[in-house]
Amino acid sequence: MTKILTPTSEHDIAAHDGLWVSPVDAERVTGWILKPEGMCRADLCVPLPAAALAPNEVDLRAFWTKLGGPVVASETQDVWALGAPPEERNAALEGLEAPDFTLPDLDGVPRSLSQLRGRKVFLATWASW
Amino acid sequence: MVVAVAQESRGAEHARPWIEQAKTSYWQLIDTDHRLEDLYNLVNVPQAIWIDEQGRIARPPETAGSTDHFRRMNLATRTMSAEDQAERLVARQAYLDAVRAWVTTGAHALPADEARAGLPKVTPDIAEARARFRLGLWLRANGRAAEGDLQMAEASRLHPVSWSLWRQAADLDEVGKASGPDFWKRVQALGDRPYYPPAKL
Repeated sequence: MTKILTPTSEHDIAAHDGLWVSPVDAERVTGWILKPEGMCRADLCVPLPAAALAPNEVDLRAFWTKLGGPVVASETQDVWALGAPPEERNAALEGLEAPDFTLPDLDGVPRSLSQLRGRKVFLATWASW
Repeated sequence: MVVAVAQESRGAEHARPWIEQAKTSYWQLIDTDHRLEDLYNLVNVPQAIWIDEQGRIARPPETAGSTDHFRRMNLATRTMSAEDQAERLVARQAYLDAVRAWVTTGAHALPADEARAGLPKVTPDIAEARARFRLGLWLRANGRAAEGDLQMAEASRLHPVSWSLWRQAADLDEVGKASGPDFWKRVQALGDRPYYPPAKL
């Protein structure tokens, strides 16, 4: 099994030769669905080069790189991290809609920014270090 | 509503003493993966984002009231001059007053174009740094500290202006290291550049 980390999730996937995975697993990890037009999410499709496709397999690394997202791996390539494409982050911020997130409080209760819609929010970071 | 988010890869128990001592009624959240820094392109703590009732960013990420006076502290005694301490408190109070004014009157909220202009851009290097930091954290948490540290070092090399990436990695290596001699060397290397760029209120 290969471990794949995304900014918000963690998956154990059968992958070989880098990140060749089944279309079902590609969708589980990225939310993008393989269609004849390419990899699709909502109305948007990103065409894939022929070299990134095989019968019932897709090269996730090639797809993610095409999206502009970083793909990094551990030394033995048993753990991978797919980062958010910078243009996706920039577009989200430039739209000025505060990106939503869900994080636990001290007791492990998940809290989402979107629960506070209707109130002003002073969102601040801190650290013990 | 205040939402305070601990960028704390050692986990909730490590942040608990501070949170319990603060005795706050607002949300105190734990962000072991520094997800907020990824989403909002943050580089240091404390940074704040002001978000209005419609969920829109009213002020982009900026230093939340801290100042650079600490850079002049006496490192042997870890103390600041009385004057610096006073100036520091004045600056912090001015920032908190601005937050309160915004809450009651809407003052200091920026027009959309100004808020947008104040957003730092996520570059490919920053995006890769975030992915390497995430990978490094996972490796560390799974018994592969040396390999994880290499990923984190590479993250800091790719995104050198992020104090959080460097200091969190240092803290994971050893508690206290984030404000040890290597930290001060990095601060001194800033020269005339700010450690805490002041909020432009």
